[in-house]
Amino acid sequence: MEVSLDLLLSAVVAGVLLGGFYAAVTVGISISFGMLDIVNIAHPAFIILGAYAAYFLNSSFGLDPILTAVIMLPVFYVLGAGVYQVYYAVFERRGDEALRGLAFFFGLLFIIEVALVLVFGVDYRFVEASYIGPTWRWGEIDLPLRMLVPFVVSMVLVGLLQLYLSRTFTGRAIMAVSQDRLALQLMSANPGRIKRVAFGISIATASLAGAFLIIIQPVEPSIGRDYIGRVFAIAVLGGLGSFPGMVTAALLLGIVESITATFYGPSWSPAVSFGVLLLTLAFRPSGIMGR
Amino acid sequence: MTALLEVTDLGKRFGGFTALEGVSLSINPGERVGLIGPNGSGKSTLVNCLCGTLRNESGSVRFNGHAVDGLPAHQRTRLGMARSFQLPKPFVSMTLADNVRIPLLYTVNTREHLHAAPGKLDSRCLELLELVGLAAKARQKPRDLTQVEMRKLELARAMAAEPKLLIADEAMAGLSHSEVDDILALLSTLNERSITVILIEHIMRAVMSFSQRLVVLVAGRKIADGLPQEVTRNPDVVKAYIGE
Amino acid sequence: MGAGKFWLLATIVGAAFFGVSLLAPNQYYFQAGYVVLQYVVLATAWNILGGYTGYVNFGVAAFFALGAYSSVALYPLIALPIPVLVVIGGLVSGVVGFGMGYLTLRLRGAFFAIATLAMAVVMQTFITNWDYVGGSRGAYILRPLKVPLLGDYIVYLFLIMLVLAVISIGIARSIERSRLGFGFAAIRDDEQAAEAAGVPTLRLKLVATTISGALMGMAGAPLPYYVTYLDPSSGFSLSYAVNSIAMPLIGGMTNWIGPLVGAIFLGTIQQLATVTISSALNLLIVGLLLVGFVVIAPNGIVGLVEQLIHRRRQRRRA
Repeated sequence: MEVSLDLLLSAVVAGVLLGGFYAAVTVGISISFGMLDIVNIAHPAFIILGAYAAYFLNSSFGLDPILTAVIMLPVFYVLGAGVYQVYYAVFERRGDEALRGLAFFFGLLFIIEVALVLVFGVDYRFVEASYIGPTWRWGEIDLPLRMLVPFVVSMVLVGLLQLYLSRTFTGRAIMAVSQDRLALQLMSANPGRIKRVAFGISIATASLAGAFLIIIQPVEPSIGRDYIGRVFAIAVLGGLGSFPGMVTAALLLGIVESITATFYGPSWSPAVSFGVLLLTLAFRPSGIMGR
Repeated sequence: MTALLEVTDLGKRFGGFTALEGVSLSINPGERVGLIGPNGSGKSTLVNCLCGTLRNESGSVRFNGHAVDGLPAHQRTRLGMARSFQLPKPFVSMTLADNVRIPLLYTVNTREHLHAAPGKLDSRCLELLELVGLAAKARQKPRDLTQVEMRKLELARAMAAEPKLLIADEAMAGLSHSEVDDILALLSTLNERSITVILIEHIMRAVMSFSQRLVVLVAGRKIADGLPQEVTRNPDVVKAYIGE
Repeated sequence: MGAGKFWLLATIVGAAFFGVSLLAPNQYYFQAGYVVLQYVVLATAWNILGGYTGYVNFGVAAFFALGAYSSVALYPLIALPIPVLVVIGGLVSGVVGFGMGYLTLRLRGAFFAIATLAMAVVMQTFITNWDYVGGSRGAYILRPLKVPLLGDYIVYLFLIMLVLAVISIGIARSIERSRLGFGFAAIRDDEQAAEAAGVPTLRLKLVATTISGALMGMAGAPLPYYVTYLDPSSGFSLSYAVNSIAMPLIGGMTNWIGPLVGAIFLGTIQQLATVTISSALNLLIVGLLLVGFVVIAPNGIVGLVEQLIHRRRQRRRA
């Protein structure tokens, strides 16, 4: 197998675009796990749910998938807030072990996946949009629009969230609660409410991430499982609670996966992200720019 | 007399924050040492480094002639170092009797074979609970205990390991006057049984009445070490506590 | 009841159960029974690390499928009787359990759980790319139709799984009542306090992972002979993990009875649902029951029964 420079370069570029998408996928976990310490292993399932929501609105009304995702943002937010209420009432107040929380989300992951199978079946679904077919060429490099558009919107999303967290009162309260619950109570803000807002936001991002997913590739209910590893690998590698770290890690993972797929074949892809995760956990659990 | 605990130049950092720097301490068998300092001065970090919960980056700790640096906490306990936690950490799914059984099974058991005689184990659990006045609740679970009872359970569990050195980390925080006296009496009884005690406390009257020697930690450094009356008159100590 | 008496009683109950089973009208009983018994082993094994020690293992598939694939790997080389394959599967998965534990047990709870999932996926990827065992195309196993004495081959497999179920329950119970069991419980309740009390936490966690992994591997070893066709996506199916977690959770995690009750309850429901409704719906039921019990009855069926008994005793006293 020759390592042609052109091939390597396209693999890297494809990886960067993929990484941008991965950032959107992971930003929700950066919030729920990185800041709230909630192991929402069902996050990928919410993303698939978002993908199917986009599919449904796109195929029924012909709306652009990203537009549908934006329309669905409040719905997903409410869903996230609801899930958090249950989680809070059952687990955080009782102070039970993390085990039950994990089992709860694991069950949720399964329920969502199976519900989707029952409603939509196991066939692959895809969306139609004007930017899904064409590819821009930049010199020798291919930039498929279906990858480029999600990349750009994803970067905008992460940027907006970063601004929100650092500039608005609620956003700063969220940052504060992630570090010191007592300080927040003394500030007379209600930590439970703040956490609910944060978790709601984290699930809302799944709506957009889901739209990106179904733009990039056709979707069927069980592909969420591949993303569990990716999401946590990126979150841990990038350092929990650090957006710049998370984006860097997402791009890195995208590039590594892309190169592996190009030179060794796509059947090794799942091992890449999970392997990266294991290595990070083994050697540098605080990640690249962790706290 | 060789020191029971010899701490030399201990240092611990968390990222960019220096929690402990150049702390040296020498404790002889049978002593009653008080360790005080403002909040955040590094007292709990010091305890954690001594007991093995945290790893110190620099300096060394010798206990009873052994170099304990790098040893996991359970091995230090087996060597004779026991501690109680600032916030009590009972084993919530077990009865009180079983709570004290754990150190018997895993620490004392490595020195003498107790599990061969199950009756002996049960009676020793009760003895320990008797000592702290919790024998009546031996079959109950920790969630039924009051604050002071939880503290006593903490101490009972530390004592169950038959330590040579007991580090009591803020065992009296939030307790009433008479409850503090209860705990002090307990610690004195232990000291009479030749257990060396390091008492970490904020409650000054307790520290002053109990300690033969007072060590003061401020911002990760030891600034005083000597007789209680002298240490409390030390201008640096006064400044640390009042001039803030 | 002492250990010796318990093993005797368990063996007698097991033998009686088998004797009664031979009266079953058709083969289907043994096919379904095999699956339920397999889950008794998996749930009990999972619970040793999960319920007793407090470490959630999502990578059940890794140990189970590894046991299955050891059998697949040996099949072309040498014809071995199933009990031998079971032992080999147990050894292989036990070693892997030890290795996995060594790499991941220093991580705190949530990271450990995710790491176990990661290991399962990595292992699945390797097996999928290993052509010798069939890779993604899968492997075929031929099995005899009849067996001397018992008749149908499936009865033989059923018996083996029954024996494994009795063994795993016996092991779980022995652990519960031993010094080891106390150590596990201390780790589960408060690992830092356990360490401070002299419990060698890392060593005990490794023991738990190894025993748990070995039992799962033993449960997996006969699988290729049961299904006759095995491919990675079915061998590593996430439903093994969901069930292994759901059954102890629903049954009760603090003792050996819970996983048994959970496995029989949930396993039977699933077998009925697969036949009457659809297999996707049956997974939905598992998910719903899992979440339902986690939220409402965290101590499982055994916990509910204990509460009932406790309340009756209080009423009688009053």
